[in-house]
Amino acid sequence: MSVAYVPSETLANALGANEVAAALAARGHEVVRTGSRGLAWTEPMIEMDDVAYGPVTNVDELEAVRLGPVDALPGLAQQQRLIFDRCGGRDPFRYDASALQEWLERPAADILAEVEASGLRGRGGAGFPAHIKWRTVRDTPADKKYIVVNADEGDSGTFADRLIMEGDPFRLIEGMLIAGRATGADAGVVYLRSEYPLAARTFEKAVAVAERMGLLQDFAIELFIGAGAYICGEETSLLESLEGKRGEVRAKPPVPAVAGLFGRPTLVHNVITLCAVPAILSMGGAAYAALGVGASTGTMTFQLAGNVRRGGLFELPFGLTVRELIDDWGGGTLSGRPIGAAQVGGPLGAYLKGAELDAPLTYEALARLGAGVGHGGVVVFDDQVDFIEQARYAFAFCAHESCGKCTPCRIGAVRGRELVETLRASEQPAAELAIIGDLCDVMEQASLCQMGGMTPIPVRSALSLPHGTQT
Amino acid sequence: MPSDAPQAVRDICERCVGRIGAPISALREVAATLGAIEQAHMETVADVFNLSVAEVRGIVSFYSDLRTEPAGRRHIRLCQAEACQAVGARELTAAAQEKLGIALGETAADGSVSLEAVYCLGLCASGPSAMVDGRPLARATIKALFA
Repeated sequence: MSVAYVPSETLANALGANEVAAALAARGHEVVRTGSRGLAWTEPMIEMDDVAYGPVTNVDELEAVRLGPVDALPGLAQQQRLIFDRCGGRDPFRYDASALQEWLERPAADILAEVEASGLRGRGGAGFPAHIKWRTVRDTPADKKYIVVNADEGDSGTFADRLIMEGDPFRLIEGMLIAGRATGADAGVVYLRSEYPLAARTFEKAVAVAERMGLLQDFAIELFIGAGAYICGEETSLLESLEGKRGEVRAKPPVPAVAGLFGRPTLVHNVITLCAVPAILSMGGAAYAALGVGASTGTMTFQLAGNVRRGGLFELPFGLTVRELIDDWGGGTLSGRPIGAAQVGGPLGAYLKGAELDAPLTYEALARLGAGVGHGGVVVFDDQVDFIEQARYAFAFCAHESCGKCTPCRIGAVRGRELVETLRASEQPAAELAIIGDLCDVMEQASLCQMGGMTPIPVRSALSLPHGTQT
Repeated sequence: MPSDAPQAVRDICERCVGRIGAPISALREVAATLGAIEQAHMETVADVFNLSVAEVRGIVSFYSDLRTEPAGRRHIRLCQAEACQAVGARELTAAAQEKLGIALGETAADGSVSLEAVYCLGLCASGPSAMVDGRPLARATIKALFA
């Protein structure tokens, strides 16, 4: 009887994958639990004899939900999967280390040169060139250096870190080991949010397998589970938290690459940034840089969510437009109504509307709109979206999550929420909007970190205020 | 609270010693195991990790998982973030509040149920999302919440 590949991934499980796996096993199939292909509308999606079925609700009527051969699946086949190439359809804990061993034998200078040639930029939100951080960590003398992985994926509309950690945890281990080799760090810590318990279990299991395979003799990996704080996705807050303290942000400089965890040089990267490195070494930095547009090189793991028919993860080169992502890949809105806005880049990202939706998804094009790519999340709203409410929420979220260390963020977010709450009934909305604009200026220019500094982005874009100078 | 709780807290702390971010991990486990963190627990954590009780209280007040009030026997967390807002999270939240007669962030007086906000469960392509007693729920409806 055919082997059945069934995802064990949080969304698939929430939609019944565990029950499907049990039913298939009861009918005599050998069941292999896998990562997800990321096509959320097909979950639970199973694979047998290289044919995909989904969403599966009744295992006795699979033909009714036959999607076709896996390698020709609409929504999957046209992707360019460099990071997610091994995710789905296979046992994530069966690992062949031969490629990794070759990469780790390369001289550090060689690895650094490939990362620089690739043009890789941070996928967590800031988009900072990776190789500069790597060289800084390498060149700063210290008795101890760290690789810290930011898996505190708190942005609404994003789930790429979770999908790779649940579906191909060895990809992250590879990225960490290569980064350790190139920078001279011998310890790595993954900061994972507590809302992702399955990712924690999957990653820990993979680390145990890697240990048994002898891959961690020169590099220690530790997993830390957060305790519920969005701000800990900010790198200095994250480091404070790893030191066992309140996650209050630090003033920069010094940057973490010079003085990070316990004051030592620390390479802090988002999960996806490190997961891009194996592909860069495998294909060569120059070939990676040939993908994408201009200084937005390589692929991005776009995550399409919210009011959209076919949401999920789509790994594609930078450069398609927001509208293409929503309409061509996502099939338009779930409600069938016109798109009202797309919030790109999480709760600190802009609400793009109208012609702005035709902007290409690149760091540069979005910066010109006062927006950003962020972690690659795109949340779709239909034309029923209430923009005043979205602006209120942006301030309220900042007030809820502010670490409280700097005044513009701590007080500004509360005052901003109050202003927006009175906006609807205001007799002088233009004057009130001007005050909100002023408040946004102060938060942008004087906040210690991007929590306060970028909250004005969703506020201004929702209220159609001119965008600030510091974006 | 069972009388051997302080020893249980000390055991948890000692298992965490030497790990990164140990006081936070210990407090998270105390909250998860005993339901809530009490003053006596904070004193034990302070003692094991050589911190002041004020420092421990500072940590506890910062992180939302480090609860000082126990959740209800049924623990419903509803995502309030943007991707879920776009597919009816506000309406779902209003319906749940009405059905239970408590507001978001409250526990029923008899301790039977808590309704809490959560900001993203990572199920954003199939919202609205919820977590009921630790079990994730996608495309949540009021019916599924109380199934």
